[in-house]
Amino acid sequence: MNFEFSEEQQMLRDQARSYLTQHCPTTLVRRVLNNRETHDADLYKGIAEMGWTATTIPEEYGGLGMSHLELVVIAEELGRACAPVPFSSSVYLAAEAIMALGTEAQKQAWLPKLADGSAIGCFALGEAGGAVTPDQISTSIADGVINGTKVPVADGGIADVAIVVCKSDGGDGATLALVDLGQDAVAKDNVQMIDFSRGHSELTFNGACAEVLGEEGAGWAAVESLMNSAAILFAWEQIGLADKALEQAREYALGRFAFGRSIASYQAIKHKLAKMYVKNTLARSNAYYGAWALNAGASDLAVAAATSRVAAIQASLFAAEENIQTHGGMGFTWEFDCQFYYRRAKLLSLAVGSEKQWQGRLVDGLAASA
Amino acid sequence: MDFNDTPEQAAFRKSAADWLAANVPTKEETEGLNRLQIAKLWQKRKYDAGWACIGWDPAYGGRGASAIEQVIWKQEEAKYDVPASFFVIGQGMMAPTLMAYAQPQHLERYLPKLASGEEIWCQLFSEPAGGSDLAALRTKAEKDGDEWVINGQKIWTSGAHYSDYGCVVVRTDPTVPKHKGLSYFFIDMKSPGIEIKPIKQLTGESDFNEVYFTDVRVPDSQRLGEVGQGWQVSLTTLMNERAAIGAGSSGVNVNLAIQLAKEVMIDGKPAIEDSAVKARLANFYVEEAGLKFTSYRTLSALSRGDIPGPENSIGKLVGAPKMQQLASFCMDLLETSGAIWDTSRSKLADNIIGSYMGAPGLRIAGGTDEIMTNIIAERVLGLPQEPRMDKGIPFTDVPTG
Repeated sequence: MNFEFSEEQQMLRDQARSYLTQHCPTTLVRRVLNNRETHDADLYKGIAEMGWTATTIPEEYGGLGMSHLELVVIAEELGRACAPVPFSSSVYLAAEAIMALGTEAQKQAWLPKLADGSAIGCFALGEAGGAVTPDQISTSIADGVINGTKVPVADGGIADVAIVVCKSDGGDGATLALVDLGQDAVAKDNVQMIDFSRGHSELTFNGACAEVLGEEGAGWAAVESLMNSAAILFAWEQIGLADKALEQAREYALGRFAFGRSIASYQAIKHKLAKMYVKNTLARSNAYYGAWALNAGASDLAVAAATSRVAAIQASLFAAEENIQTHGGMGFTWEFDCQFYYRRAKLLSLAVGSEKQWQGRLVDGLAASA
Repeated sequence: MDFNDTPEQAAFRKSAADWLAANVPTKEETEGLNRLQIAKLWQKRKYDAGWACIGWDPAYGGRGASAIEQVIWKQEEAKYDVPASFFVIGQGMMAPTLMAYAQPQHLERYLPKLASGEEIWCQLFSEPAGGSDLAALRTKAEKDGDEWVINGQKIWTSGAHYSDYGCVVVRTDPTVPKHKGLSYFFIDMKSPGIEIKPIKQLTGESDFNEVYFTDVRVPDSQRLGEVGQGWQVSLTTLMNERAAIGAGSSGVNVNLAIQLAKEVMIDGKPAIEDSAVKARLANFYVEEAGLKFTSYRTLSALSRGDIPGPENSIGKLVGAPKMQQLASFCMDLLETSGAIWDTSRSKLADNIIGSYMGAPGLRIAGGTDEIMTNIIAERVLGLPQEPRMDKGIPFTDVPTG
C-alpha cells in the first residue's frame, strides 16, 4: 500500500502549475469571460504542446501512454487556474470514449488529432431539462445518418468531433454515435451558460453522417462507464478550484481589517475557512482513492467515482460560495476574481451529473455490495 | 499510489489474520469476566506472541512494524469484537510522550508493562477551571528537596479508577504567563493523597472521574521535560490524543445504516429506495470514506518520519459529529421504535443508541469541535489567534470567574 503520488507525478504537478501561472493568469480568464469567447485557443495549443492532451492516449495513436494518475494531477491544476479550454470535453470524455469503444479505424482517425490538440472532441448527452434517461432521448441514428438536437453541449461550437448519445429500440435503450462536426448537416448555435468563460452550444443534426461507436444498443452502459471515469477526472478539477478559492478567501481575510483587527482573527471567519479546509481535505482523500480505482480498474470503481464526485461537488460549491461571502461586497463585484470560481464551480457541478444523481448512484452501489 | 497490499504486506496480513483466528479469546474463556478482565487477558496474549504495540521498538515489547503494517494489523483485529479502549490513553498518548521525554531506565521499566496491558495509564490534564483553556489549570506543585508536592483537582480523567500510573500537568510557577509556568510529571496513582471520585455521565455509566491531590509527593526524577516546559510536553500528548481518538471507528457506520434502510419501509417501499434517504446516506459515506483515506494519507507521511501534526484534528472534528448525526438518522429510520433502548427487543439498540448517547462526550473529549476548528484555522491555515486577555501577563493577575 502507498497512498501518495510518485515523485515524477509531483514533478508533473509543479511543472503544470508553473506553466499555468505563466500562461493562464486570471487576466486571461477575465478576457475570455468579458468577451464571452468560447475558449483561449493559444492556451489550448500550448497545453497540447506540453503533451497534456496526449496523457492517457496510447503511444500507437500518438499519445504518451501514461496513466490516469498523471491525468488527475493535470486536471487539478487546470481547475486551480480556471483554465478556459475544452480539455475536459476533449480529453476526459471524447478521447476516453474512443479509447474504450472505438474500432481501430475510429481510433486511428481521431486519437492522434485529439492527442496533439489539432482536433477538439465533445460529448453530447442532454436534450431537455432534468436527469437524462434513455427514454428521454429522441436523437436517433440509422444507416449512418443522425437526426436530432442536443443542448447544452460543452465546447460543441468549437469541436471537430462529437460523441452523441442516441436512442435505440433494442438493448439498453441507447447507442453512441461518432459524428464529424465539419459537415453542413450539423448546425451549431451558441448557448450562454452561467460561466461565460466556457463555450457551450446547441448542436442540431439534420441527416448528418455518423458512425456507431461501440455496440448498438449498448450505449447506456457505455455512458455509465464513461461517467465513472469522467466523475473522477472532473472531481480533481473541482478540488483544484476549491483549494484556490480557499487560498483566495484566506489571503483576503488576512489583509482585510474591521473593528481594529484582521477579519481572519474572528472565529466566524476562521471557522468558515476551517470548514472549507475540512471539505477540501475529505474531497481530496476520496479523489485519491477514486484516481487509484480508475487506474487499477478496481471492482468498486462505481462507488469510488460517486464518492469522489459528491465530495468534490460539495467542497467546490462551498468554497466558491463562501469565498465571496468572506470578501463581503467586493466579492460580489465584476472587478473581483471571486466570480470565476463561483461560475465554474456551479458549471462543473452540473457537467457530468448533479449531486443528487451521484448520491443515488453512490448508495445504489453500496447497497448492492453490502 | 497503490491501495492494494504488496506481496510482503499480503503475507504480513495473512500471518496476522491466522494468528488472530487461532488466538482471539473464545466465549468459554471469557465466561464470567468483565470487559476490563477480558481486555487484560487479550492484551497479555498479544504481548506474549509479539502482537502488542507492534510499531514499538522490540526492546519495549513491539516488533518495529511499519506504519502500514500497523494499519493492516488494526484492520484485521477490527474484524473481531475484542475490547481495547482501556489501553488507548496509555499506549496511544502517554507512551509517545514518554518516548519523547523520559529517561532510558523509565522506558525499560514502564513501556513493556504498558504494552502487555499489565499496567494502565491515565491522563490528568483537565481541571474545573481549565478545559478548552487547558493552560489555565491551577493544580500546583512546589519543590521540596528532590520531590514535588502536588495540591489541586483534576477532572474528566478517564479510567483513573483502574489506572496504575498517570501523567499530570501542574503549575510550578504562577508568577509567569500561564503557558510558561507549567511542568509535566508521571505519577503512581496509588500515591498517598490521591482521591478518586467517579462522575456519572448522562449515559448512566461512569468512565471518568474527579481526581483530588492533597500533598501528593512525586520524585523530581519523574518530571518529563524541563521545569516550565510542561506545555510543550502536553502538546506532544494532545497531538497523539487527536490521532488516537480520531482513528477510532467504533459505533454506527454507513454499512449498518444501509442494512437498516433495506429492512425498514417508507411509503410502502424499502427506505433505501427513498431519494432523501439516499442523499443523507451518501453524505455520511463521503465523510466516512474521506476520513479513512485521509488517515491512510497521514500514514504515508508518518512512515516517512513525519510526526502527527495539527491536521490530525480533522479525524475527531468530522468523526464525532458524524457519529451523532448518523446514529440519530438510524433512529429516525426506525420511527418510534428507534427510541427503544432494550437489547432484548432491539439487537441494534446498543450500537445505535449507545452511539447517540455517547457522541456528545466524544465531541467534547480531547478538544471540543470548536477547539479542533480553531486548531485547523490557526495551526494549519495560519490564521491569527483571537485577542487573548491573559496574554503575556503573570498567571496570578489573570481575571477569573
